[in-house]
Amino acid sequence: MNIFDRLMTLDRRWVFLFVALVCVITYAIPFTIKLNKSPEVKAVYNFIDTLKPNDVIFVAVDYDPSSLAELHPMFYAIVEQAFRKHLKVIFSALSQNGPAMVDQVIKAVADSVKQDGTYNGVFYKGRQIEDGVDYTFLGYKPYPALIILAMGQDFRIPFPTDYYGKPLDSLPMMRNIRNYDQVKCVVELSSGSSSDMWITYGQSRYNFPLALGLTGVMSADYYPYLNSGQVFGIMGGLLGAAQYEALADNPGEALDGMRIQVYAHLVIIIFIIMGNIGFILARRKARKG
Amino acid sequence: MKRQVPLMLVFTLALVMIVQYFVPNDFSLDTNEFLLKWIIIIGIFAMALGIWSLIRVSYEKIRRRVPGWQYPIATLLGLAAMIVFGFDYGRHFYTQEGLENYMFIHLFQYIIIPIQATMFSLLAFYIASAAYRAFRARSVLATVLLLAALIVMLRFNPYLGTFGVYLEKTTSWLLNVPNLAAKRAIIIGLGLGAVATALKVMLGIERAYLGRD
Repeated sequence: MNIFDRLMTLDRRWVFLFVALVCVITYAIPFTIKLNKSPEVKAVYNFIDTLKPNDVIFVAVDYDPSSLAELHPMFYAIVEQAFRKHLKVIFSALSQNGPAMVDQVIKAVADSVKQDGTYNGVFYKGRQIEDGVDYTFLGYKPYPALIILAMGQDFRIPFPTDYYGKPLDSLPMMRNIRNYDQVKCVVELSSGSSSDMWITYGQSRYNFPLALGLTGVMSADYYPYLNSGQVFGIMGGLLGAAQYEALADNPGEALDGMRIQVYAHLVIIIFIIMGNIGFILARRKARKG
Repeated sequence: MKRQVPLMLVFTLALVMIVQYFVPNDFSLDTNEFLLKWIIIIGIFAMALGIWSLIRVSYEKIRRRVPGWQYPIATLLGLAAMIVFGFDYGRHFYTQEGLENYMFIHLFQYIIIPIQATMFSLLAFYIASAAYRAFRARSVLATVLLLAALIVMLRFNPYLGTFGVYLEKTTSWLLNVPNLAAKRAIIIGLGLGAVATALKVMLGIERAYLGRD
């Protein structure tokens, strides 16, 4: 077996080993990488950043722990940005594993917001985040399409009480909020088909501004909706999350993860090039001989 | 009657839903609200049916000792554990401070999250291996695919300087022109297909949902 054949038929365990090594080494060595920000991520950041205190945003958490690495960082960054800017947030979790993750993020961000902080040169005084005043967590209900449709009529149809069992009417921030009409935008964080449902049954029917936070593999599928104006921004995968963290001046796990992703992709590209060199040379040799 | 009644019900309710969508008055909104509540209730019954089906299928596999019959045991144990620990038992599971059910939250954080994250992380290795084997410049189209993949993967690489900016612009073009055209065609095709199927169901041409009897 010559070198070309070897390049083409490399045992896949070598690929696994190199990818693993690169992931471990880049994780262990701290360094930062500079990122350009794409217009579709900037659109989401700017939209939320220009909202006024007490405006309401809706964050739909429709992913499972399998996509946590890509979507959790953007969730943290958006919620912290909203709480720092005194926006009110309504959360829902239309994925069965979502509620515990939402609860976890609310607690973590509420702890962080207690401390003073400076983001993009603006000082924000620490404050206490209160359930029912600063945010409402609606919880989980099965069948996302139906829930999205019903919430367009009234949040109280699918969720007469919040996640913690309190009637929505008893929550101060929900008194004047009936449906999407009182919400400035919906940010849908998704790893599955629920994004289609938010576009079809939510945005198209009730006409609210919709932004999507998606896993990397999904994001290309949703560019038609960005182009048609049905979606005003897209955060795609870990890169989208990292760009959002950079825009919000709130570095977290996504910017950390980008180091690993950049080098892992380089390794994959090197393997692809090696395989192709082997393939082209072997084909040329076969034609000659 | 066994076939006519369901067909009439489907036709009438489909017509009501279509009319209410295009007539936004109070009566129409109330009808929509009423029907949405019904759909949610029916959906919850469907979920109970799903759980029952899972239990029955798993039990049958264990009883008949089919190959891999041990796995359904883990499925049933997992289902039972999450149900048992999911109840509150008067210990204020739902509180202002959030989830306080020790076992439920620990099962979630230390079993479900690591399992799902691990399964998904393994994909990175398989994708790397598959990319190495599959991305070969065998034909013109395969070469185009290979180049597009390389451009998209390299676009955010910070070490490419000015070249990186061109890659980013090219990626944006790839996503917003060829990708968009192909996806839009698929979406429009799917939409028209969905309308055609809905009409077939409504008019009783498509009857597979009624079963064989």
